[in-house]
Amino acid sequence: MNLFWDILKAFLVGGAICSIVQIVIDKTALTPARILVCLVTLGVILGALGVYKPFIEFAGCGASTPLTGFGYTLAEGVRKAVDEKGLIGALTGGLTGSAGGITAAIFFGYLFALIFRSRPRD
Amino acid sequence: MKINKQTYQKYAKQRAPSSPLFKDMFFAFLIGGLICAFAEGIYNLYLYLKIDETTVRTLVPVTLVFIATLLTGIGVFDSIAKYAGAGTLVPITGFANAVVAPALDDKSEGLVMGVGAKMFTIAGPVIVYGVIASVIYGVIYWISGVIS
Repeated sequence: MNLFWDILKAFLVGGAICSIVQIVIDKTALTPARILVCLVTLGVILGALGVYKPFIEFAGCGASTPLTGFGYTLAEGVRKAVDEKGLIGALTGGLTGSAGGITAAIFFGYLFALIFRSRPRD
Repeated sequence: MKINKQTYQKYAKQRAPSSPLFKDMFFAFLIGGLICAFAEGIYNLYLYLKIDETTVRTLVPVTLVFIATLLTGIGVFDSIAKYAGAGTLVPITGFANAVVAPALDDKSEGLVMGVGAKMFTIAGPVIVYGVIASVIYGVIYWISGVIS
């Protein structure tokens, strides 16, 4: 029952974030690249302000899966690294925190780009 | 026919496929929500398999990235994204798709400047701005720690 509630929360919150961004896309015609850049930066800012952590504690993957969650991971990584190592942590923390996701995207991205062929789009 | 900017914009608007906002929002909500619900499901599955929580936090996005890059490779991602819009773009799946899709399209330019470089057409800016924002935060956080 608890699991069901967690999944429902993730569905509702994640869905809500996506449909809000959909409004922005339809109303402004921002390119996907700009949208993603805005989301990740927003995630860092919200993480820095301490707003995003309670949001993730509430919504779980509904908050961590959207790209704002990726920004939060960067901010959280930096905060931890600065706590442990001082100022140098500002340079090392972000990519350390997000290393798994970035490396997976590069590795699997390269792999599947090699294996498959591009097909014409309609 | 003389075409100035206004008449062109009017013409382009008429010819552009109509994009009813509520339908777009509905599909973005449904598919984006399903992706996040799926993520929550595998998060709990990994915990159930006794994987420790820090690892699971990395493993869940890695799994989503794997699935999204694979679906992009076999050409399924595009057909879903056509309806989903922000629903597939906003979750980490959109980032993963943005890595493979341009690499696939420009594979003919070679493995270095084609695949290797084009992977970062969209992912590059995302990483650049994310990292810059995080460095600025780190410096501010460090200064605030020194002062207090």
